[in-house]
Amino acid sequence: MERKSFLFSFFIHACALLLAVIILAPVAWLFIMSISPAADLTAKPLVWWPQTVDFSRYGILLSSVENSAGAAFVASLVNSILVAGMATIAALVLAIPAAWAVSRTPSVGWSLYMVIATYMLPPVALAVPLYFGLAHLGLLNSVFGLALVYLTILAPFTTWLMKSGFDAIPKEIEAAAMMDGAGLFATLRIITLPLAAPVMATSALFAFLLAWDEFFYALLFTSDLRAKTLTVAIADLAGGRVSDYGLIATAGVLAALPPVVIGLVMQRALISGLTSGGVKG
Amino acid sequence: MSGTSMTTRAWLLMLPLLAVMIAVIGWPLADTVGLSFTDAKLVGTAGNFVGIDNYVKTLTSSNFQRTLTTTTIFAVISVFAEMVLGVLAALLLNQQFYGRTLLRGLMILPWALPTVVNATLWRLIYNPEYGALNAALMQIGMLDAYRSWLGEPGTALASLIIADCWKNFPLVALIALAALQAVPRDITAASLVDGAGPFARFRFVILPYLAGPLIVALVLRTIEAFKVFDIIWVMTRGGPANSTRTLSILVYQEAFSFQRAGSGASLALIVTLLVAVLAAAYAVLVRRTAGSTA
Repeated sequence: MERKSFLFSFFIHACALLLAVIILAPVAWLFIMSISPAADLTAKPLVWWPQTVDFSRYGILLSSVENSAGAAFVASLVNSILVAGMATIAALVLAIPAAWAVSRTPSVGWSLYMVIATYMLPPVALAVPLYFGLAHLGLLNSVFGLALVYLTILAPFTTWLMKSGFDAIPKEIEAAAMMDGAGLFATLRIITLPLAAPVMATSALFAFLLAWDEFFYALLFTSDLRAKTLTVAIADLAGGRVSDYGLIATAGVLAALPPVVIGLVMQRALISGLTSGGVKG
Repeated sequence: MSGTSMTTRAWLLMLPLLAVMIAVIGWPLADTVGLSFTDAKLVGTAGNFVGIDNYVKTLTSSNFQRTLTTTTIFAVISVFAEMVLGVLAALLLNQQFYGRTLLRGLMILPWALPTVVNATLWRLIYNPEYGALNAALMQIGMLDAYRSWLGEPGTALASLIIADCWKNFPLVALIALAALQAVPRDITAASLVDGAGPFARFRFVILPYLAGPLIVALVLRTIEAFKVFDIIWVMTRGGPANSTRTLSILVYQEAFSFQRAGSGASLALIVTLLVAVLAAAYAVLVRRTAGSTA
């Protein structure tokens, strides 16, 4: 075995400490800002740790008193959940049959690669016609319209992940079930889909996070509380005349909470999803 | 089941996806191509056919050339830094140290932070009056007076690149770490016995395992960086003095702020073409490395 010297071990620990500080400091500061009294955040020299911890901003943002900062924030939170949820479900409904078909019938695979290639498209290349189209359908500033537009991002991505998931399930299992007299849809329902459940869950999480993170289309296609999502609401706060930086930080913490929790809990699945898709790609 | 009926069945199962993709991607893209040959405005008339006028104007405008340069600088520096930092962090995380599992877990934090939240956070850190960066640098004596990091053309782009790197290098690190863990232990042990130094070991033993996943990460990150919009919009909106204006920001301004849909469309298609050329170049690169390591 390799024997590490004391000096080498010290060096590694020092580097690890540095990396930990680099990763943690900005996130920690976001949280500290959210619980510091406003005066501390504008003090010179800056107060790095508040004398009195102040959680009141979380209450302000999550309250639903009409016309308050909270009402706007809660509305955008609900919009984000609705848009991301609807787009994720729709993307999976479209992706699962298509991914299975391509996995079992490689001769039609080229059409899937065309779908995946659309990942390269910058959203600006679609933005103007989508704007006209949504306006024509009366779907501007609507959570349904935005969810529909999000399919441009979510559907190719989930199809790609689902196909590599189905590729890992042997065809022979399906063939055996059919030999025993199960029809195609019974086979899929009883055999294939349960086996693909973990990939489906990973795909759904990825899709949800992508939609939760989306900003460009939301900025273009929403204009008020009826459809504005969290990302737009936070950008408004950051670019506006809010004098309490702690409130902006609090909105950031709340918006980051769902993806951070998903990320920490699902880390292994997320990384293997990314690398398996990547390595085969 | 026969081959043809299997193919028919496959097409039927793909039909919903393909129909939706044609509706939300195919048709808009075709429409953008059509628009790019007109002088259409965002509101009002459909516009007249103007041939390749928009393309000529765009390609010869100094705005476009400057923006292309800014985008290239942003993409090249941030992706290069993310790759180097990512690999270094992965090599570190593959060593033995106390708290290793915890630190590996924390690496997901910057990735999980929504892009807009990340941009907002760094905007607060760079704040010219109350920002943490100014305060920290003052307190340790590295700065005489507060600076407006995002407000000066000289530092704005660099400040953005740092914010972008912080969010994205941990993902490269996690991908590289997964690849490192696939390097068989006995191979590294054998190379030690053979007297390979640390650099030779990295170059000839470890790097071949990293190359595949890293190139994929490089491709995806470069395409993302070329399309960058969110972080810049939230932090600087392309300013000051257009020093951080990237291609996507320019398209947004042209098509939506100035409402010139036709010329915005031509610009968007030029960006699309540039990204496609990049992706094609990488496809060749991927095939070549796959061939050499297989």
